[in-house]
Amino acid sequence: MSDGELIGSFIVPVHPHTVLAPEQNEGWGRLRDAYDVAAQRIKDSGADLLIIYSTTWPSIIGHQIIADPNPEWVMVDHDFHDLGSIPYSFNIDEKFAHAWNEANEKRGLKSRTVAYHGFPIDVGSVVALKLLNPDNAIPAVIVSSNVYANRSETTVLAKACMDVVKATGRKAIAVTAMSLSNRMFTKPIEPRDDRIHSLKDDEWNRKILELLGEGRLEDVGQLSRTIHQQIRVNKVVAFKPMWWLSGMNTNRNDLTGEVLAYEALHGAGGAVVHLDPTPSGTGDIEYDEDDVEYFAGERNVLDADQLETEENEQSSNAESLPKEDLNKGPALWEPTEGEDSVNSEAAPKPVGAYPHARRVGDLLYLSGVGPRQPGTNAIPGGPIHDESGKALDYDIKAQTQAVVDNITRILEEAGGSIDDVLDVTSFLVDMDRDFQGYNEVWAETLGQVGPTRTTLAIRALPTPIAVEMKVIAKAPPKM
Amino acid sequence: MSKGEIVAGCLAPHPPHLVYAENPPQNEPTAEGGWEQLRWGYERLRESLAGVDYDAIVLLSPHWQTYVGTHFLGLPKFKNLSVDPVFPNLFRYHYDLEIDVELAQQIHDRAADAGLAVKMMTNPDFRVDYGTITTGHMFNPAWDKPLVVVSSNRSRDYYSVEVMQEMMIELGRVTREAILASGKKVVVIASNSLSHRHFTTESALPEDMSKEHITSHAMHLWDMRMIEYFRTGQAQRILDEMPEFTEQAIAESDGGGLSWLLSTLDVPTYPGILHGYGTIIGTGNAIVEWPVRDHKEAGL
Ligand SMILES: [Fe+2]
Repeated sequence: MSDGELIGSFIVPVHPHTVLAPEQNEGWGRLRDAYDVAAQRIKDSGADLLIIYSTTWPSIIGHQIIADPNPEWVMVDHDFHDLGSIPYSFNIDEKFAHAWNEANEKRGLKSRTVAYHGFPIDVGSVVALKLLNPDNAIPAVIVSSNVYANRSETTVLAKACMDVVKATGRKAIAVTAMSLSNRMFTKPIEPRDDRIHSLKDDEWNRKILELLGEGRLEDVGQLSRTIHQQIRVNKVVAFKPMWWLSGMNTNRNDLTGEVLAYEALHGAGGAVVHLDPTPSGTGDIEYDEDDVEYFAGERNVLDADQLETEENEQSSNAESLPKEDLNKGPALWEPTEGEDSVNSEAAPKPVGAYPHARRVGDLLYLSGVGPRQPGTNAIPGGPIHDESGKALDYDIKAQTQAVVDNITRILEEAGGSIDDVLDVTSFLVDMDRDFQGYNEVWAETLGQVGPTRTTLAIRALPTPIAVEMKVIAKAPPKM
Repeated sequence: MSKGEIVAGCLAPHPPHLVYAENPPQNEPTAEGGWEQLRWGYERLRESLAGVDYDAIVLLSPHWQTYVGTHFLGLPKFKNLSVDPVFPNLFRYHYDLEIDVELAQQIHDRAADAGLAVKMMTNPDFRVDYGTITTGHMFNPAWDKPLVVVSSNRSRDYYSVEVMQEMMIELGRVTREAILASGKKVVVIASNSLSHRHFTTESALPEDMSKEHITSHAMHLWDMRMIEYFRTGQAQRILDEMPEFTEQAIAESDGGGLSWLLSTLDVPTYPGILHGYGTIIGTGNAIVEWPVRDHKEAGL
């Protein structure tokens, strides 16, 4: 399967006028025409997935993704209910929704899928899908806009989405359903009287559209907070769709942009914009915020509370147990002593009550061995994340070599050698990233010895390491 | 026609968790309980009004958010499924409610005369928001009284808490006039939380009460300050401090409900009854009743 990719992006307006009343105002009609042009372009592009980020679906517990394969209901706008009802029946890519949800969690985001009969799909998503995908030919996914998310979470949300687009070989179109300026008239108006609410809003909208027309998407992303202050009424969700869309487009500023329409919708700025990934040859990023790959999170109130409680219980009930330093991973223990235990000063201290190894008959069972260095506890190749949980680059080959060195030390302490290894179970926290490097070191070391081997991907290890091995070896003759 | 009367005013918050924890047949998900402090509070509120005769409930929920003026449900019946877009795992409620269209129209007309932007909502496909349904259910699970449902005009978002409050005090004034002129006995309800900072995570079992607490001490202090004013008849101070409270406690009073309620009650100087307080996913919620019927000298 070839790598999936984003083959285009669209920015579209949210209010129901384009569906229900395009004939009532020339501007609404032009927005509708632009919607129809966008729909035709999407159809002609051969896209096989529409991804909607909607600013009119706020969420609180992370991001929510529609995963009902066929949501059906009738949408009525909270304000413009007198324009009529919009019955809908959509074709949702349930599998993609679940995969995106998992990808979000892998990148540290809170996320969940939603598949309930009668779930109220928001007005922005309904309008966008009705008009961009009129015959439901292309499966779609819809994601909410998290009320509390800032740039980092919104950017990581896009990266997680692209992880799945790439992995599943999709040809995807990204859509943000949003207003530019969002200040509406606060009184009912006649359709013919519609215009952008204020000259200031109009000037800002035109500036944004000038940048988008030049394909300078990341510049608009960088301006999001300013845009929010200048032309956005503080509704439920702050202005963040451009962070997501720019993230989907690898924060590029050299897309090929085209503004298909810009008109007023009850005073708010509505635009249809097409951003094509073909490089325009213009525009470098003028300044750059930190590029963020994983969301470290800072408000896991529930779990933080639990950790605190557990720590308190620990100190009151069992004074002698090692204290856990919450910032630096688990506490270190002295290896337990027993008749058949084999422990080594030359191996790193355990993170629980267990020995380094144990002899049973002719076999020696080793506890899981990681790369931590005895004495200093340092991790060759570097830890996989820092104390705040922020992901770090690390060298899997150095870590794997250190594991093999630790195994060697333990076996030598027991009177044997690395050549005694019979069977190995390896655990990797990131199979995709690390398997190759791990395998190369294996080939040069244990590969020469020839034990059987099983390699598993797991979510995490107790310390910030990427690899651990569980070893069974021939026991050396008793001394 | 006899003179209309407001028999009680209530602050009655609507987190869907409360209905979820009650396990009524109308709600699809089921729970092992939870948030009992608040559910007992609602029980006390219902008991307090059990012997009180009234004709209708006038309710303002911040989850019917309108930006173009204030809207009123304008058809006699609404029947549909209400799914909370934020907590769909907890709230999928089959409702069947009756509207006092006459009273709604009367409040609407007086508001229009006073220069407020208003609209009747007469689209039969409209889904009633989960705030209205939650408070409606918790206040009167039998659903045997007609409602007047008032939208939350987001003037705070457009202007400021001060402007929102000016408009809501005006809306409260005309609501009161319309009720008194209607000849009906009415309960007036503002459906909102106090401090409104949520946790951004949910425990695996949402009703796990070992995880429930206020999000921060500052939020707690604000909630307690407001409750002190409720209990000591200092409604005017609540209105005076509304801008600071709404900003600093991120309070759900931003939807205007509390200001409207206090204005509809003519800014009571007698104590409100605190029926319950508790947190829901970190937000602060108080159930308060102003027993207007016992204080007729206060203006009715
Ligand atoms: Fe609410």
